[in-house]
Amino acid sequence: MPRELRDVVFVDGVRTPFGKAGGMYAETRADDLVIKCIRELLRRNPTLPAERVDDVAIAATTQTGDQGLTIGRTAALLAGLPRTVPGYAIDRMCAGAMTAVTTTASGIAFGAYDVAIAGGVEHMGHHPMGEGVDPNPRIIAEKLVDPAALVMGATAENLHDRYPSLTKERADAFAAASQQRLAKAYADGVIQRDLVPVATRSTEAGWGLATADEPPRPDTTVEGLAGLRTPFRPHGRVTAGNAAGLNDGATACVIAAEDVAKELGLTPRMRLVSYAYVGVEPEVMGVGPIPATEKALSKAGLTIADIDLIEINEAFAVQVLAFADHFGIADDDPRMNAYGGAIAVGHPLASSGVRLMLQLARQFEDRPDVRYGLTTMCVGIGMGGSVIWENPHWEGAK
Amino acid sequence: MNGLAQDYAEIFPDEVVTHAHVRDVELPYGAGTMALITLDNGLDHTRPSSFGPKGLAELDAALESVLNRDEVVAVGITGKPFILAAGADISGMPRITKREQALEIARYGHQVFGKLNDGRKPSFGFINGLAIGGGLEVVLNCTYRTVLATTPAVAFSECFLGILPGWGGTWLLPNLIGADRAVKVIIENALNTNRMLRGPELEPLGIADATFEGADFLERSINWAAQVLTGPIEVRRPEVDRGEAWDAAVARGRAFADAKVHGGAPAPYRALDIIAAAKTCTKADGFALEDEALADLLMSEEFRSGLYAFDLVQRRAKKPVGVPDRSLARSVTKVGIVGAGLMASQLGLLFARRLLVPVVLTDLDDERVERGLAYVREEIDKLLAKGRINADQANRIKGLVTGSTDKKVYADCDFVLEAVFEEMKVKQQVFAELEGIVSPECVLATNTSSLSVTTMASRLNHPERVVGFHFFNPVAILPLLEVVRGERTDDASLATAFAVAKELKKNAILVRDAPAFVVNRILTRFMAEVTRCVDEGTPVEVADQAVLPLGLPMSPFVLLQLVGPAVALHVAETLHEAFPDRFYVSPNLQRLVAAGKPGVWSWNAQGQPFLDDETKALLEQGSDASTAEQVRERALAAVADEVRRLLDDGVVAEAQDVDLAMALGAGWPFHLGGITPYLDRSGLAEKATGRRFLPRGVASLPG
Repeated sequence: MPRELRDVVFVDGVRTPFGKAGGMYAETRADDLVIKCIRELLRRNPTLPAERVDDVAIAATTQTGDQGLTIGRTAALLAGLPRTVPGYAIDRMCAGAMTAVTTTASGIAFGAYDVAIAGGVEHMGHHPMGEGVDPNPRIIAEKLVDPAALVMGATAENLHDRYPSLTKERADAFAAASQQRLAKAYADGVIQRDLVPVATRSTEAGWGLATADEPPRPDTTVEGLAGLRTPFRPHGRVTAGNAAGLNDGATACVIAAEDVAKELGLTPRMRLVSYAYVGVEPEVMGVGPIPATEKALSKAGLTIADIDLIEINEAFAVQVLAFADHFGIADDDPRMNAYGGAIAVGHPLASSGVRLMLQLARQFEDRPDVRYGLTTMCVGIGMGGSVIWENPHWEGAK
Repeated sequence: MNGLAQDYAEIFPDEVVTHAHVRDVELPYGAGTMALITLDNGLDHTRPSSFGPKGLAELDAALESVLNRDEVVAVGITGKPFILAAGADISGMPRITKREQALEIARYGHQVFGKLNDGRKPSFGFINGLAIGGGLEVVLNCTYRTVLATTPAVAFSECFLGILPGWGGTWLLPNLIGADRAVKVIIENALNTNRMLRGPELEPLGIADATFEGADFLERSINWAAQVLTGPIEVRRPEVDRGEAWDAAVARGRAFADAKVHGGAPAPYRALDIIAAAKTCTKADGFALEDEALADLLMSEEFRSGLYAFDLVQRRAKKPVGVPDRSLARSVTKVGIVGAGLMASQLGLLFARRLLVPVVLTDLDDERVERGLAYVREEIDKLLAKGRINADQANRIKGLVTGSTDKKVYADCDFVLEAVFEEMKVKQQVFAELEGIVSPECVLATNTSSLSVTTMASRLNHPERVVGFHFFNPVAILPLLEVVRGERTDDASLATAFAVAKELKKNAILVRDAPAFVVNRILTRFMAEVTRCVDEGTPVEVADQAVLPLGLPMSPFVLLQLVGPAVALHVAETLHEAFPDRFYVSPNLQRLVAAGKPGVWSWNAQGQPFLDDETKALLEQGSDASTAEQVRERALAAVADEVRRLLDDGVVAEAQDVDLAMALGAGWPFHLGGITPYLDRSGLAEKATGRRFLPRGVASLPG
């Protein structure tokens, strides 16, 4: 049969406020977090009939308990989508939600879907990192990977080793700036627009309502960061202050074929240009965004000079700095993480990919002078993922 | 107040305190801060939160503190997951000894709940699940309400128990939704065996202003509240009709109460008085009326009996006394029903629906079997049409029920119930035949209403597997099952029978083998006395109406019609044979049966009973007419005497079992406590038997 590729757009996305593990979501279920997002998406896009959603892809790293049971399908059912709407679960660790987006987008481009919901959730309070893992003994016996590769903080220390120019001072300065940028974005009311409030249960305190992120520490200073412990190495460089924390949260977005979005009266906020995932040495997984971005650029026929806005996940400050150095971007370049990043807002693993997209989409709205933007992140066990987006509001297109 | 605190501690020594947690919630749309109160007793949903004095005091303190905070723009109130609140803590109520205590409980509730709408701040009740009695009143006292669409149970159960909504509900509800709907909720639903409203009914009734789904109920409710506070949403409620419709609704309520309790229970009438007054009186006056009425009712015998009966039905019914351990029960994977007549077919359908195992019916010829199966299929189709089951379930149940003329189909059954003609020889023959087919462990059950289970089993090789399994008509509806232990019945068979009863969703009570067991024995003695009065010369109308003030579900001769005169006569004769001195067989009843009459009464086009000429001609009456009061006293004295003998003979363990059986099997009302609390409080027990059935305070006011 004749087939033609279709343009794919990011229609809309939302997220829950992010919580600290053991914090405001301690008695809130992971699946409920993602369900709130799905329902909010449908409320915000009333012209999208729920039965037109062709699939629901939800990512989670630890797919057991309240993140198990094929969470995409159960979340769809529990969110009140028609039973005819299928769903599935996705895992690429930190790039779970990003992979949910690119996978459903590929299905749309191919013609299998018209509209999909993609998102991710991680409740690191309910599912601590490494919960139930059972690494193959060959990893050690055959020295396939340094066991340190399974401890993300250790891989970040390794990255400092690889690039001696990436000092702790630079990392701390970057981290403090991330907090300040997020605080400003909050003050400007930018962040709040993408949040769906979540009722939080507490047996001791009663019901509350989460309306803002719990992790940010807007008062962070470089001096304060300097004194923090380095838990992964004595006299090391990686601290709780220059890394993302352990967080709970969920994200979701609507991905659609551009022509179908138009038909349904939905307004595209980003157009997908290209994407790429690349494997790197697991011991320095933080370099992943570099080759992934090179590959995505090359597929799109673009260079880094064409990219005016970058949302890079701040699993660790050092990994952002490695990326910046590679592409010749200043640590404090305003194009990169303008609203701050995961160091400030938090990084509920599999949910973060869509959080990057939300922030890029907001910037696209405000920046019609910009044509291309990038979302990118490093991934555990040595990977990077990058997605390049085009701004539909770009003035040059008119 | 100190004396009262002391009283409270004695009345509610084990109060499970419902806490009132308060948290500030930042409302959207810049609406400001809501103080959100969560009612939570710290236990899971199987133990709903309730209001005792300590819980009320916590809520009082929480409300007082938030209402005094300037930055709080509104108060919200909701419950722990799935539960708003189940109302007042009834556990201590039997220990209330003085009217002043009762009055203070009424006033205290008003005082606390009233703060939700005292003009200081707007309040929002978020009905997030079960809301009964005081649980509904706490939100009715709010300015606005939202409800969870999947809420299973919202009700004012007070009149069902023998009190009234006395923390604002009786005055507030008609003023919110009009008298017509308030009468439905407060009176009709309560007296219709405590019917519950479901979430989606609340907004159309006007009880809730908005309905939200479970996925984000609280979030949407808070968002809605913010829109109400900031203006985009204006809550419009229809004007309450304070004209004739109000009076008509109250009159309708009285007629309804008369039809249900015939004046025998004061609660609905007191509630209707306040609904009538609520048409014009102020809230303060209305609440004062509630205080007085609630205090009176809390101190009424009818309420104490109601509490007792409620506890029997809630607890004793679920844990029958004297039953062998459940672990002894054998699994039942196929059921046989002997007979394919109407009763047998109804039983076949019930077993198939509830146990979801193959059920085989047999009868003498193909035509009878086919008629029985056709009945089952039709009934399944009716359930399907009503949406009670879906098409797949209908197919499944239809496939489970088969029939045969050959009893060999019972070979692999674990439980065979006979429902053949009520004749000892016939039943013995059926069991003997079955014993040659089934395994030695297969339970053989009999649905006999009056014959001896022991005798029925006596000629078998394995009499230990025979149990009585006595249903009440209509078998799909009446919840009682009398499980009869014959002299030689073993524990495993009995445990199996109780396990099956539970799967059938019946409330089984254990009964010793004795003629007509419990319910039929009491009803027959009762009916016989009423009939004897007629035979002596009391007009039929007088005798039949005489016991109505008790509030029984129907008069004796209406019941006779339902049971069928032939069945009633058979039971009467069986009991007469066993106890010739006490059980009277009426010649008039014999004549009715011989003439094939369906009952004493005929019914005119308006549904009114009358004596047709044929029946008049059949009846032979003496000249010694009793008054209604005499009929009532004689009938109840006979009941008291029979209950005493049942207990003395050890047919059931305790008076509580008699009351449970009469409440569930005969529908005798809660305000009588089944029957023995009434016999005690009316003095009839002592008069007829020389002693009470229950100590003072158990189902009655303390002495």
